[in-house]
Amino acid sequence: MLDVVKTVPIDYYLWLSCALFCIGVFGVLIRRNALVVLMCVELMLNAVNLLLAAFSTYLSDAQGQILVFFIMVVAAAEAAVGLGILVMIFRNTHTTDIYLLDKLRG
Amino acid sequence: MDILITLIPFLPLLGAAVNGLVGARLPERVVGWLGSGAVLVSFLLSLYLFAHLHGGAEPVRTTLYPFIAVDSFHVDFAFLVDPLSVWMMLIVTGVGLLIHVYSIGYMHGDAGFWRFFAYLNLFIFSMLLLVMGDNLVMLFFGWEGVGLCSYLLIGFWYDNRAYGKAARKAFVMNRIGDLGLLLGLFLIFAVFDSFAYADIFARLPVLRLDPAVLTAVGLLLFVGAVGKSAQIPLFTWLPDAMAGPTPVSALIHAATMVTAGIYLVARCHPLFSLAPTALEVVAFIGLLTSLVAGLIALRQNDIKKVLAYSTVSQLGLMFLALGMGAYAAAMFHVTTHAFFKALLFLGAGSVIHALGGEQDIRHMGGLRRALPVTYWTFLLATLAISGVPLLSGFFSKDEILANTFAGVGVGWWVLAALGGGLTALYMSRLLFVTFFGTFRGTEEQRADLHESPHVMTVPLIILAVLSVAGGLLNLPHLLHVPGAEWLAHFLSPSVGESRPAHLLSAQTEWLLMGAASLLALSAIAWAYWAYGVRQRVPQDEAQLSAVERVFASKFYFDEFYDWAIVRPVERLSQLLHYYADVWAIDGFVNGIGSAVQRIGTEFRRLQNGNIEYYLLGMVVGAVLLFLSLWL
Repeated sequence: MLDVVKTVPIDYYLWLSCALFCIGVFGVLIRRNALVVLMCVELMLNAVNLLLAAFSTYLSDAQGQILVFFIMVVAAAEAAVGLGILVMIFRNTHTTDIYLLDKLRG
Repeated sequence: MDILITLIPFLPLLGAAVNGLVGARLPERVVGWLGSGAVLVSFLLSLYLFAHLHGGAEPVRTTLYPFIAVDSFHVDFAFLVDPLSVWMMLIVTGVGLLIHVYSIGYMHGDAGFWRFFAYLNLFIFSMLLLVMGDNLVMLFFGWEGVGLCSYLLIGFWYDNRAYGKAARKAFVMNRIGDLGLLLGLFLIFAVFDSFAYADIFARLPVLRLDPAVLTAVGLLLFVGAVGKSAQIPLFTWLPDAMAGPTPVSALIHAATMVTAGIYLVARCHPLFSLAPTALEVVAFIGLLTSLVAGLIALRQNDIKKVLAYSTVSQLGLMFLALGMGAYAAAMFHVTTHAFFKALLFLGAGSVIHALGGEQDIRHMGGLRRALPVTYWTFLLATLAISGVPLLSGFFSKDEILANTFAGVGVGWWVLAALGGGLTALYMSRLLFVTFFGTFRGTEEQRADLHESPHVMTVPLIILAVLSVAGGLLNLPHLLHVPGAEWLAHFLSPSVGESRPAHLLSAQTEWLLMGAASLLALSAIAWAYWAYGVRQRVPQDEAQLSAVERVFASKFYFDEFYDWAIVRPVERLSQLLHYYADVWAIDGFVNGIGSAVQRIGTEFRRLQNGNIEYYLLGMVVGAVLLFLSLWL
């Protein structure tokens, strides 16, 4: 299994995860739908997860993969809370457009 | 002994505390007799101490506790009872007591009766501290207390705006003098390294000081005395101090306050004796004040103002005596002046009381039948202050004149005698206009004319006896009677034996005495002819000649001060208000506030509530951070 992973050069993992991360960042920055924004955040987390797993394999060090599990747990919890908030926001304002949610404007 | 000495000043303080704290709830009778009783006990204790000292005992020094002790700087809260201070104590408590008793009648029914007695007692306390203090700090303590009490009492009827202003004027004028005194004290400490009289006078011959330093000390102390004792140029507060109730005027003018300056110079006489220049200034200012105040008094129409200027002029004579080095003569005049000036003021108070507050002598006249006791006592006081032979003022003034003649010669004597003649003139003018002729007040006042109650007339009678017999205290030595110059001998341990008059021959002295008496008698005779027989009434200001108008307007001193000091200071204050305060300081403080507000208005636009925007900021920031690390 590890060898399979190693058949792909590390550079490719780097580029892929970089691309995923950037897609996540730009998604967060430009999308208006809060649900999509949350998904983009997950995308960024998983980009990092991918990189951690790749490096962990290449360096034969299990610590990276342990960290991946932690991140997945935290991401799941975050998604649960985030979606819960989102549901409440939608119930109160009938919108998920974050451009309209600017009650904290100074 | 110590406890007795301590009680003397603290009993009046206790009286002031009781009357001041609970007096409002006590009946008038209790308040009045409590205040008077405290002073009475002080007076009796002073008498005891006086008898003790007169019996030949040494001066007593009592230290209550160390007042200030910092490193080598050491001031005791201590009393010194020597002939000079015991004599002052007798005057302060004795005359003060009579004024207290008189006030019971005079202030009857006043809403501030208890307040009045509290202030009076506090006044006596301050004055006693001043004269009993063993060092200059204690003197300064009393000095300021007296200033405060005079402020409180002059502005006693504080709902009258003009009276409040007069009180402030007295306070400010006194502060100017006090600054001089304070500087004098600092200089004394710098030179002598102590404030105690004993130390200063003991070190005086040892230190071999530069005469310039001594002159400076003398002049600075004298500036303080000028303020307190109302001499030129700081005399203008005293006539305005007439705003207070009449017993206050009596207290300020006769027993306390104004005599403080005389006491200061007499107490520090070893200093002054070594500073002839300072003494010359003292004498010159005294003579000048005596003449100027005498001329002003000639054309005043307010009964109390005439007496006020008379006080200023008599104080001038006392300073003249001090300047001649005749300290005992000055103290003698202080004593007799305390008697007849207190009597004159209380008499004037009795007249004002009878006329329901009228103070203008043009609206009086013919009062001698309606107010017999007041008239007779006032007459005796007038004769005494005028220097009619054998009355107290004659002897004390003669002593001063003789010393002036012996000290600086005939020119000064003529001027001083003229000052005495002026006294006779304006006092008899006052007497004849007030008590002779026909009554010129309203019908209402005529119907209500009444002699004052006994509580007021008895002090008048006692003071009249003292005014007549006061000369016995210090009969001139050329009379060759037993007990001649008794006061001078008694005071000599405190003020020294310097009496230039002893250099004169007997004939010269008789001649001087005769000339001065003749001057006084002819002045009285002229005033009798003009105001008593021809019943001339003082004219209105508009009818006065140019010279008289200068007198009536007090030589324009107030106007000059207003123009030279008050107005420029006010102008400067306004400029400072607009430019320094409003423009610079307020502008700066308000500028900071509005600048913060403006910057905040700009920055709040960043807080637009848009998450995308914040995130963009975060990402840009993170990228920049990475870039900076990478580069």
